[in-house]
Amino acid sequence: MLLIPCPYCGNREEVEFSYGGEAHIERPKEPERLSDAEWADYLFMQTNPKGIFLERWVHTHGCRRWFNAARDTVSYQILASYPMGITPPKLPKTTYL
Amino acid sequence: MAQDFRLPQGGLIDRSRLVSFTFNGKTLNGFAGDSLASALLANGIHLVGRSFKYHRPRGIVSAGAEEPNALIQLGEDPRTDPNHRAPQIELYDGLKAKTQNAWPSVEFDVGALNNKLSRMLPAGFYYKTFMWPAAMWMKYEHFIRQAAGLGTAPTERDPDCYDKTHAHCDVLVVGAGPAGLAAALAAARGGARVILVEQDHALGGSLLSTPDEEIDGKPALEWVAAAEAELAELPEVRILKRTQCFAYFDHNYLGLIEKVTDHLPPVEKPEHLPRQRLWKLRTKQVVLATGAIERPLVFSDNDRPGIMMANAARTYVNRYAVKPGKRAVVFTNNDGGYAAALDLKKAGIEVACVVDARAAAVGRLTDQAEAEGLRILADQAIIGTEGEKRVSKVRVAPLSEDGTRVFGGGETIDCDLAVSSGGWTPVVHLFSQSKGSLRWDEDLSCYRPDKSMQAGQAVVGSANGSFGLAGCLAEGDAAGTKAAAEVGFKAKGRKRKAPEAEDYTFLPARWIYLVPSDKPVGHGGKHFVDQQNDVTAADLKLALREGYRSIEHVKRYTTTGMGTDQGKLGNVNAIGIVAEELGKTLPEVGVTTFRPPYTPVTFGIFAGRDVDDLLDPVRTTPMHSWHERNGAEFEDVGQWKRAWYYPKAGEDIHAAVNREVEATRRSLGILDASTLGKIDIQGADSAEFLNRIYTNAWSKLAVGRCRYGLMLNEDGMVMDDGVTSRLGENHFIMTTTTGNAAPVLAHLEEWLQTEWPELDVYLTSVTEEFATMTISGPNARRLLAEITDIELSPNALPHMALALGEVAGVPARVFRISFTGELSYEINVPASYGLYVWQSLIRVGEKYGITPYGTEAMHVLRAEKGFIIVGQETDGSVTPLDLGMDWIVSKKKDFIGKRSLTRSDMSKPDRKQLVGLLTDDPKSVLEEGAALVETVLDKPPMPMLGHVTSSYWSPNCGRSIAMALIKGGQARMGMKVHAPTADGRVITCTVADPVFFDKDGERLRA
Repeated sequence: MLLIPCPYCGNREEVEFSYGGEAHIERPKEPERLSDAEWADYLFMQTNPKGIFLERWVHTHGCRRWFNAARDTVSYQILASYPMGITPPKLPKTTYL
Repeated sequence: MAQDFRLPQGGLIDRSRLVSFTFNGKTLNGFAGDSLASALLANGIHLVGRSFKYHRPRGIVSAGAEEPNALIQLGEDPRTDPNHRAPQIELYDGLKAKTQNAWPSVEFDVGALNNKLSRMLPAGFYYKTFMWPAAMWMKYEHFIRQAAGLGTAPTERDPDCYDKTHAHCDVLVVGAGPAGLAAALAAARGGARVILVEQDHALGGSLLSTPDEEIDGKPALEWVAAAEAELAELPEVRILKRTQCFAYFDHNYLGLIEKVTDHLPPVEKPEHLPRQRLWKLRTKQVVLATGAIERPLVFSDNDRPGIMMANAARTYVNRYAVKPGKRAVVFTNNDGGYAAALDLKKAGIEVACVVDARAAAVGRLTDQAEAEGLRILADQAIIGTEGEKRVSKVRVAPLSEDGTRVFGGGETIDCDLAVSSGGWTPVVHLFSQSKGSLRWDEDLSCYRPDKSMQAGQAVVGSANGSFGLAGCLAEGDAAGTKAAAEVGFKAKGRKRKAPEAEDYTFLPARWIYLVPSDKPVGHGGKHFVDQQNDVTAADLKLALREGYRSIEHVKRYTTTGMGTDQGKLGNVNAIGIVAEELGKTLPEVGVTTFRPPYTPVTFGIFAGRDVDDLLDPVRTTPMHSWHERNGAEFEDVGQWKRAWYYPKAGEDIHAAVNREVEATRRSLGILDASTLGKIDIQGADSAEFLNRIYTNAWSKLAVGRCRYGLMLNEDGMVMDDGVTSRLGENHFIMTTTTGNAAPVLAHLEEWLQTEWPELDVYLTSVTEEFATMTISGPNARRLLAEITDIELSPNALPHMALALGEVAGVPARVFRISFTGELSYEINVPASYGLYVWQSLIRVGEKYGITPYGTEAMHVLRAEKGFIIVGQETDGSVTPLDLGMDWIVSKKKDFIGKRSLTRSDMSKPDRKQLVGLLTDDPKSVLEEGAALVETVLDKPPMPMLGHVTSSYWSPNCGRSIAMALIKGGQARMGMKVHAPTADGRVITCTVADPVFFDKDGERLRA
């Protein structure tokens, strides 16, 4: 079970959080101008990297704030967490075979 | 009964405390400090079980968690658990133990016929045999379940109680052998908060079985006692004995099971203590000192009672002062195996010979054995054994140079004990569970920890492949010091020296994974690799011949390593045999995945106290006590208890609901609607926010007015609905369905925080702040007028408007909204006044025959009007267009889900759409969920059009009514559909408009 650093509350147990999938997917400003394929891409398609993944969490049973975290999908180490709307911090590149 | 095999002195047992226990109904004695296994051996009992598949007689193999055979059903129904390992059961007075998997008895077992038929039970037997015909599966399953059971479950509920606890520490040390103790001491001396976990009831690990070892020039157990005393004195140290660390999860989160009272006689168990306790532990640093397990040699017929691990025999002699036999043969491929030979000899057991697979019998202990005059048969192997329920003979023959063949039929040697040592396997289970990778050590022939995936993790001692005592102590000391320093603790004063001892390992060794016999493998004898699951070397070879290559597949096909012992003894041998057969190296074959739990754990610890009333919270409304007093039946809606219906004497649910429905339409009904979700929305951008969230427009809603809203997910599917009212320019109150109150709030918060942080909107859940009661029916206005100061005339308070005032003298919000189609008022008062206002309404309403109605009547009333219930008429795949609710979908503005509604798929003519159904026989009520077809065939399958979502008897329509989702439903108005029932009848219906009652809504606007 992960120990997740909420940017507002500090380290808390994973059971206090809910997962929100990939971060930095912005809702299209004018959805009606998108083709069905483009809309489906926004709606359903997320990347699935082996390594660092920027993802969204919400501290449901805590401050109820949404935030982003950078998690290594292999080691599950969380390298950073940061508020919504902030550019992700520079992170070392990890490579896995 | 006398303990004939107890040594006259020695051991870590308390001879002053005789302990009486029963084994398969027979009363036996042991001493305090015994394990069940040692007490059985003291009484000369080796035969403790029958094997899983062949029902072969099996004995005690090990002295620890790795035990594959001596699995015990402990205790009596209902306090009984299967799969306890006899070496790990601490003996207590009154203990009742039984063997598993033997019928009618372990001495005479009918299933042993399987052994004779073993040619017909190869690897994958179940897969191959019980496949066809499919219709026979039910019969097969019955047979397999009978044959395959390992133990029995209690027939009643568990009468014991279990606890769960959370803990945090700086340094967790798992294992209190020499390495673990050294680590705990070093970390604790620095002042770190240390938890030391030990599965045994005594600290010391391997030192408990090796009395000749010395640490710092003193007997090792004196050092252990001093270490325990020092740790016990330190305030930040907690020692958890009888505690198994069974799981290691991410970020240093570990699961521990503490056996709190299992070792006590029933009469001595303190009432206030749980039987077992689950520790959920988060720690900054972890030191794994989990030791190593001796590996057996896989020779022909290596499974007879009386054949055990060399080190286990040492433990029984040294720790428990028990003679596991009278005449022993020791079979080893390494120098370490001689330790057992020497200890057995010292205990007065005749050592017939040491069979040494190595070409040259050399090494520290080998030399010692030679000096003591032991007969050593170098470059030889055990090639077969005899003995029905106990080994009586072994056959020994010289090995070929490559170790794959033997010469001759062998010399026969009489014995009643045969012990083997095939090297050592580090216990890397927890390390591997935590995603650490392993590397193969060619010299030691074992997998050792390689790269850690967890911060602050160390593996020390023999778990790390450091088998020498000095190495264990030094690694433990260094890891403990480092772990404490990492979290900011450093011992004050002069650095203390690490404890010192001699350092030697079990090398040199000759690695042989499959010991040859004079007959080919699989002929004339069985080479057991996994004794618990009865997997032989021949089974592994067969799996490879049949084309299996991945070790994970071989494991699943043969079930090797898949018993409750998870192959602690056998896995490396299995990998070795597969590697040899494939002509690969062991690391090329790889290793199977380690998963929790390390040893079996009870379900009880996961349940803990969260049973019965504490299983799930119960939410009740402020008027709950009134409903109870007035005979309501309740239904669960989420965690809420909602009044379902209020039966009067002699009424069943149908009679009660019909009465409630009818009374509401005729005069007046009252419903407790407090459970509906209520979200208070404030801020300058509240209207704009609602515009984006709901499908319809909100900017122009006047203060004091209410509007029904439909909320979609971004995929266009209906998520929730409800009425939202404008209390002020920048103040709304949203209602949600009961079950969706929390998800809707989370949905709103998500969009607000992640996409629209610029909006000035504040959300507060106020569901529990208000008691909500709905009065509904032609007399609703008359009743309310009697106890409120609010002007109720249709002009002052029209349909879909709200007013603030007092009801029964209590400040109230009154909404004129309706879910029944009748003139309705929804009265909201502070929750603490709920019961009072409810009772006031009941009292004043008496003259109108006010009738409390429950959720069932509410469902009928709304269905008569064709109002949907989200979750009943919708299932996450239904759009507003499918519901025929285009009228509520704005064409102008954007909202969540809008773009998805124009996807090409959404306009397909065969989408399921909501319709009403009228059965041709008006008395016939469809079943909710019933499948609907266009054409009835002789038998299923039949192409399905859709299903019934709601169906009721409507007293007000005098007939049955139903709603359904059917393909292209809106184009099928007036057409027939059929509902074939399970009992072979067919109910035919006509597709109709889903509004069945008061289609023009005149009553609503009265």
